[in-house]
Amino acid sequence: MSTFWSLWIGIITLVTIIGVSWVLVSNRRVSVKEKLKDDEVPTTGHVYDGIEEYDNPLPGWWFNMFVISVVFAIVYLVLYPGMGNFPGVLGWTSHGQWQAQEKKAEDRFDVVYSTFAGLSIEELAVNPEAFKIGRRLFGNNCAVCHGSDGRGSYGFPNLTDDDWLYGGSPEAIQHSISHGRKGMMPAWSGVIGEDGVNQVSEYLFKLGARDHDASLAEDGAKVFATFCAACHGADGSGNQALGAPNLRDDIWLYGRSPLLIKTTIRSGRQGLMPSQNQQLQASKIRLLSAYVYSQAHQ
Amino acid sequence: MKHDIVEKNVAVLIVLTLVAMSFGGLAQVVPLFFIESTTTPIEGLQPLPALELEGRDIYIREGCHVCHTQMIRPFRSETERYGHYSVAGEHVYEHPFLWGSKRTGPDLARVGARYSDEWHRAHLYNPRDVVPISNMPAFPWLFKNIVSGADTAAKMRALRIVGVPYSDADIDNAATAFADGKVKEVDALVAYLQQLGTLITRKR
Repeated sequence: MSTFWSLWIGIITLVTIIGVSWVLVSNRRVSVKEKLKDDEVPTTGHVYDGIEEYDNPLPGWWFNMFVISVVFAIVYLVLYPGMGNFPGVLGWTSHGQWQAQEKKAEDRFDVVYSTFAGLSIEELAVNPEAFKIGRRLFGNNCAVCHGSDGRGSYGFPNLTDDDWLYGGSPEAIQHSISHGRKGMMPAWSGVIGEDGVNQVSEYLFKLGARDHDASLAEDGAKVFATFCAACHGADGSGNQALGAPNLRDDIWLYGRSPLLIKTTIRSGRQGLMPSQNQQLQASKIRLLSAYVYSQAHQ
Repeated sequence: MKHDIVEKNVAVLIVLTLVAMSFGGLAQVVPLFFIESTTTPIEGLQPLPALELEGRDIYIREGCHVCHTQMIRPFRSETERYGHYSVAGEHVYEHPFLWGSKRTGPDLARVGARYSDEWHRAHLYNPRDVVPISNMPAFPWLFKNIVSGADTAAKMRALRIVGVPYSDADIDNAATAFADGKVKEVDALVAYLQQLGTLITRKR
């Protein structure tokens, strides 16, 4: 800060300390003991409805509390920053304190993480130490969407089964966590119309071996081949390179009821896994990948 | 000391009390309005666009700041959880500040881009759907109410008076974001949340 504001703060602070000290001392009367020598207790001369006000001095302990707080202020201002630009004898800063905390933690945890550096994700997945850390990292960073048990919920994939949108290999999991994923199921109602939505959904029930209307499903198969197969594959088994889900396993991210499946076809879905590589260190992402991998490959 | 004078003239008592109290404010508060480190915006800081600005007002209306802070303190325990600690330059366009003082819920200073929009919508509709033990209230009406944008330009003009650099074009076009009449309050709130604290990143 500029010299002006530095002086401004310093002078006001000093004037305040000197001021309160002066008020304290100049208002002090002689001690209680001296006063008690006289039989007559002096009064302030105030009379309210016949009640007089004694003019006793401030109790000693009370007075000393004031003195201590003034001394504390002076000591504090010498040790810590407070007087404008004067950094204090200790050189303390909040940033410096934070850095020291970080350093201490790094020294402690780097040792732990360095033991994991040489291990592959498959190896980490069976390493009990890595598992413990991974589970905590998952709880802190992933459970909000995927659930503390990793089983996901409506719109958030289950990570413990073997159905993967983008692949369940260690590399694919690590990529999903680091770079995030962006689902892009377009809205089809404008293209295939409500009839098309009904037909395709019946066809999907057929693929999932559920009850379905055979004739609608037959029409649906044609619509599917034209519009859906490009991403979901001719047989509906999906494409992990695109994140197009397998439609044959009857696992539905956005609900398996006919109503919700039709909504998905009609309006599309835009799932988003936020990328973590700007948030989490690479060493932590590796442990998370290993944890997720271990959950799915138990 | 002539206590009598002070004690018997209430006007003098008031004036002297104010003088005594002002010293702390003069030394601790006044310089912050002028010194560079608290009045310079960080690199890339822009005034909130119309949608986010309306979202911010919904954040205030619903009292989010009563349970959520937007102030990450420089302690490792906080930076490990929330990201880089908050700096003054991030908040120079905020009137009023939403730093808050009580954390019933987590700090939101860097919640931007951390979860998907869909997560925020699910969470605002009913927090228990995504966080079973959450005690946050549900905000289902945000999914019904439309943001008209009728006051957005006026809000921007008011903010410009207190130093937020909205351009004339910003103010003229303020209502266009809401022109189709389909912008729900939740859209504005999520847009606001998704930009919070994204200018400073730090790997945890």
